[in-house]
Amino acid sequence: MKNSIKIKQAFSVDRTTFQDIFFIPILAISLAISLGLLLLLLTGESYQTALTALIALFVGSFGSVSALSETLTAATPLIFAALGIAIGFRAGLFNIGAEGQIIVGGLAAVIIGFSVELPLMLHLTLMLSVGAAFGAGYAFISGWLKAFTGAHEVITTIMLNLIAFRLLDFFLRLPFIQKEGRNDPISKSVLDTAELPRLLVLIDPNLRIHAGFLLAILAVILVYWIIFHTTIGFEFRMVGTNLNAAKYAGVNSSLTIVLAMSAAGLCAGLAGASQISGVLGRATSGFSAGIGFDAIAVALLGRAHPIGVLFSGILFGALVAGGREMQVSAGVSLDLITVIQALIIIFVAAPILVKSIFPWFFGKK
Amino acid sequence: MRKFALSKQTMNIARTQSSLISGSFLILLAILVFMLFGFGVEGEATFRLSRPSDPYALPNLVLPAESFIGIASLTIAFFGARLIVKAPKEYSVIFAISFFLAIATFLVWATAGKSFSLTGMLQATVVRAVPIALAAMAGIMCERVAVINIGIEGMMLAGAFAGAFFGSIFGSVLGLLIAIAVGGIFGLMLALLVVTFRVDQIIAGVAINILVLGLTSFFTSHLLKKNPHLNDTAVFKSIQIPILADLPIIGPMLFRHNIFVYLAILIVFSTTFYLFKTAYGLRARAVGEHPKAAETLGISVIKTRFINVIIGGMIAGFGGAWFTLGSVGRFDEGMTGGRGFIGLAAMIFGRWHPVGALLAALVFGFADSLQQKLAILRTPIPSEFLAMAPYIVTIIVVAGIVGSARPPQAIGKAYIKEN
Repeated sequence: MKNSIKIKQAFSVDRTTFQDIFFIPILAISLAISLGLLLLLLTGESYQTALTALIALFVGSFGSVSALSETLTAATPLIFAALGIAIGFRAGLFNIGAEGQIIVGGLAAVIIGFSVELPLMLHLTLMLSVGAAFGAGYAFISGWLKAFTGAHEVITTIMLNLIAFRLLDFFLRLPFIQKEGRNDPISKSVLDTAELPRLLVLIDPNLRIHAGFLLAILAVILVYWIIFHTTIGFEFRMVGTNLNAAKYAGVNSSLTIVLAMSAAGLCAGLAGASQISGVLGRATSGFSAGIGFDAIAVALLGRAHPIGVLFSGILFGALVAGGREMQVSAGVSLDLITVIQALIIIFVAAPILVKSIFPWFFGKK
Repeated sequence: MRKFALSKQTMNIARTQSSLISGSFLILLAILVFMLFGFGVEGEATFRLSRPSDPYALPNLVLPAESFIGIASLTIAFFGARLIVKAPKEYSVIFAISFFLAIATFLVWATAGKSFSLTGMLQATVVRAVPIALAAMAGIMCERVAVINIGIEGMMLAGAFAGAFFGSIFGSVLGLLIAIAVGGIFGLMLALLVVTFRVDQIIAGVAINILVLGLTSFFTSHLLKKNPHLNDTAVFKSIQIPILADLPIIGPMLFRHNIFVYLAILIVFSTTFYLFKTAYGLRARAVGEHPKAAETLGISVIKTRFINVIIGGMIAGFGGAWFTLGSVGRFDEGMTGGRGFIGLAAMIFGRWHPVGALLAALVFGFADSLQQKLAILRTPIPSEFLAMAPYIVTIIVVAGIVGSARPPQAIGKAYIKEN
């Protein structure tokens, strides 16, 4: 008798976590997309357009090999940056500064990319690591301020984002960086030796998926190992769960905060560098394209777990790729995708809300 | 008793340490100011205080650049040394004076050999401080009931959009009212999310920001770009207050503005009155400090939080409307440019007190107008770096170099009512 209750309890716990992990994201996404389409109808678009948009969203993301390639290409920087934000979440830090860290990392990477001449692998490695290092350095500022002055990382990272936008505009106009003969803020192109190789050239040279995606998967495994199987990862989680308990247990919390923030910036810097090296080939004024903000949603949807981040990153990559198709075939602005992403964040962060909208998906308490 | 003494001792040690850091910071600032501006400056800086057409014109203020910069940096260094040696209580005052001197030095350096309208700049300071002060008021209304509102930026953006859109259709007065209502709706949304559904307050705020950014950009490209007449509203004209507007310096600074400036000042003082002189304000503060105790005394924590956060959203919506109805008359994507966040920094700088936040907002407004007006002087500093000034000041402020301030006790925590 007792045992059966125990088993029942264990089972019901498993069932609710299962529901939480799978049902809530799926319901959140469907709800967000439905509301997005409703919004489209509200602005006076026809049902036809909304339907075309919905179909384009799916066809453009998973409908063909090239669509899939676009999805994974868009997912790559999102996964990198979201891994960083996930590390931050684990350590109790909310890093909104991924956008700025991507900019600083990407900018440093592009400079290495066009100015240094090295053999292929060396050049690529140098470019990516410099990008990562600059991203880490930029995030270090917020981490240090948080650990030693108590400045809230949300405000400092947002300010550093705004500063990074201005810095980018300034640097892109320097004669050393600006492309010859151009007046707009655009950098020189990186050399061929600094480009991440495309993966599917054998099938079609126009498929943009590049080796950065493999690096992103590697990063997922590495971050998983660091968070769950190393001392420093344990310290991140301790500081994030209960700062005071961590301090009493002898964790150097200031150092941990600085390290976690820098690691977050390192990932974001890699996102910028891989985007420059694998897709864009040069830096322009808006090259970060909101990846750093989308990555927040990716990290939240993936529940700050590396594996979750991988899947939610691919999902958001699909939203971006599908959104572009939507723009082309239905004439719907990409901003609708931003709205859908924000709604996904809200629904994922408010499981009680989702449960109260769809009570029949969840067992009674 | 012993416990108390111990804690007091630790507090003193902490204070000595932080005064050491802030003192060194000031000395560093003095050196920096001197190194940057002290060399190769010649001539006099002329500051124009009035226009010749003013009824009571003041003579120009003329400062010898070289000696002013020397004296100012020495004074900052003296303050720094004093902080290290004595750790006095009036941190904020010393810091305010030091920053003021540093900025004055910068202005004198930039103006050396030229002339510059100081009054015009002060007027711009007040105007630019309006959205920041209003964002700070919205922040105070929410944080006093222990709800962090990172979403102010989004609420302001929504207000700006609503102001432009509905102002174009129904006229600016109705547009303003709708902008306030829209801000209130997003306040309601935040309250629902964090109070009812207990979403992490920062995540909810960030989500609101992204949502509003997406919504306004979406509507801009789907509605406003196709119908430009929907993004062309009349702006509120400036109202000159008789007699007072003719006063030198103060007149242009305070009494030659549009309705936003006057209402913002009114909001600051009514917020102060509400929080500190009314029973409702006392209840709100109790909810922010110790919700359980407040509930025990019969105050509804949930209701109080809802009301205050909605009012905060309305104030943010009003502040957002300034960008369109009080300034340029049209909406551009992302036009609030981080003012909501700067407002939060102003709130912290002002120690969660409306009047303090207003003063802090003036500091930020000054930094904001500085970049605008310095373009005229053709300084060798690139415009991008001038544009960073308000953001850098914000970081310095929240870094707590100005002394640690205490937020309401229950900040950031969801309240679960016990049955």
